[in-house]
Amino acid sequence: MNRRQRYEARQRRRSGLIATASTLIVLAAIYLLIPLAPGWERVKASFFNWDVFARTFPTLLEAFLLDIAIFLWSAPIIAVLGLLIALCRAVQSPALFPLRIFGALYVDIFRGIPVVLVIYLVGFGVPGLGLPRPWNSPYIWGTVALVLTYSPYVAEILRSGIESIHQSQRAAAISLGLSERDTMRYVILPQAIRRVVPANMNIFIALQKDVALLSFIGPVEILRQAGIFKSLLANFTPYVAAAVIFLAITIPATRYADYLMARERNARG
Amino acid sequence: MPEAEFSPVKLALKGVTKSFGPHQVLKGIDMEIAAGEMVCLIGPSGSGKSTLLRCMNLLEPIDDGYVYLDGADISEPGLDLRLIRRRIGIVFQAFNLFPHMSAMDNVLLAPRRALRKSREEVMPDAEALFARFGLADHMNKFPDQLSGGQQQRVAVIRALAMRPEVMLFDEITSALDPELVEEVLDILRQLRADGMTMVLATHEMQFAREAADRVCFMDDGVIVEEGAPEAIFANPQRERTKAFLKGVLRRQV
Repeated sequence: MNRRQRYEARQRRRSGLIATASTLIVLAAIYLLIPLAPGWERVKASFFNWDVFARTFPTLLEAFLLDIAIFLWSAPIIAVLGLLIALCRAVQSPALFPLRIFGALYVDIFRGIPVVLVIYLVGFGVPGLGLPRPWNSPYIWGTVALVLTYSPYVAEILRSGIESIHQSQRAAAISLGLSERDTMRYVILPQAIRRVVPANMNIFIALQKDVALLSFIGPVEILRQAGIFKSLLANFTPYVAAAVIFLAITIPATRYADYLMARERNARG
Repeated sequence: MPEAEFSPVKLALKGVTKSFGPHQVLKGIDMEIAAGEMVCLIGPSGSGKSTLLRCMNLLEPIDDGYVYLDGADISEPGLDLRLIRRRIGIVFQAFNLFPHMSAMDNVLLAPRRALRKSREEVMPDAEALFARFGLADHMNKFPDQLSGGQQQRVAVIRALAMRPEVMLFDEITSALDPELVEEVLDILRQLRADGMTMVLATHEMQFAREAADRVCFMDDGVIVEEGAPEAIFANPQRERTKAFLKGVLRRQV
């Protein structure tokens, strides 16, 4: 080891010791102080009851499959619609001007309303028209609400991706005699989509969580199932169990998105 | 070269002007380029060389004046520029390869999409071009796996795959490391031997002097002086040309 490496090793040891010590102090404080709170025993019994956790977990996991199913059929629709809106807004042709206006309006409106509100309005409002089965299904209108809310975000991210592709790529493509359409399809879009995959992953992680909001209009998915257990057992632990199940999906997905994003940054560095 | 005198005019410009905002970049350019001729545009940065090239294939719409290809006015507003751009290839300073495609797919894209040919139809042609310019082993690599000189050669092949009648080169060696310049200039020499009609904006004075049929010195949006390379380099007439050449030649020699 040369002089510099010895110095750096010493520094690393020092930082490691400080980090360990401060973490231990914080953990000890949490462990010692929280039980001192006057309501701790009650919170422990109603939120962290191991028996309730073990009894409700399998059913909750099963209910979570419904969340996953809703996610799996909503996500592709959102991706396709988002792409269409982004293209409407990126295309310069005057014939498509109405579509461009529509794209802009759509994005403004549905980005500006809370998800829950869209779910209530669409989920209760449209079946209220007295449609026959199966067209009054909360699954259909819940999905529509999610699609309406999420495709504008995907569209905006894609549009930023399209605009981030350097002008010189377009110049190269059209000076080869390619049409605007082929230039978009074969040169601009593939690069733009690749560039915004990480950002879109974050949107889809948020979608996975917001699927639970459909519980407000009927489907017995995990959040509603946890609510049923709460009423049945007079205990909040099922909510904690539901949170654990969500985290098991979202933490790895978020980490993966962060990894992709870092890689994209380095590649462009 | 007596036959050169009778070569028909391939590309002609008449009174071409172009402004970006309040700044007039081209102030009335008249030019005739004969079939098979190699013309070098020289001049300081910002003199309008690049803009002039980009106006020749109408990548930049011109404000006023005319551009003729084989005697036909191609600057008439409303023409289908795709048909014209297929006949005039251009290669850029920064290569502008499509980074998400292999070298081969870069070359095949335009013949397949714009000329509606099948992959099988255009493949032999493309392979022959890669082989001819020393890139047979690199056809399936992606641009970021190639050196600057190799990328620029792929960009030339990509333009040639459309079988253009005129080739424009916009300072294609300026972004290259010095040791890679020669391999790209070699391509130009080969194309010249083929009789390709070419217009180059370049800072390679030695190359312009040795290879060009004609050199045009541009400054501030006008062609100040033009003539055979020997005449321009050895015996410039105008003060601006003298000052420019004195500056660059001192650096390059």
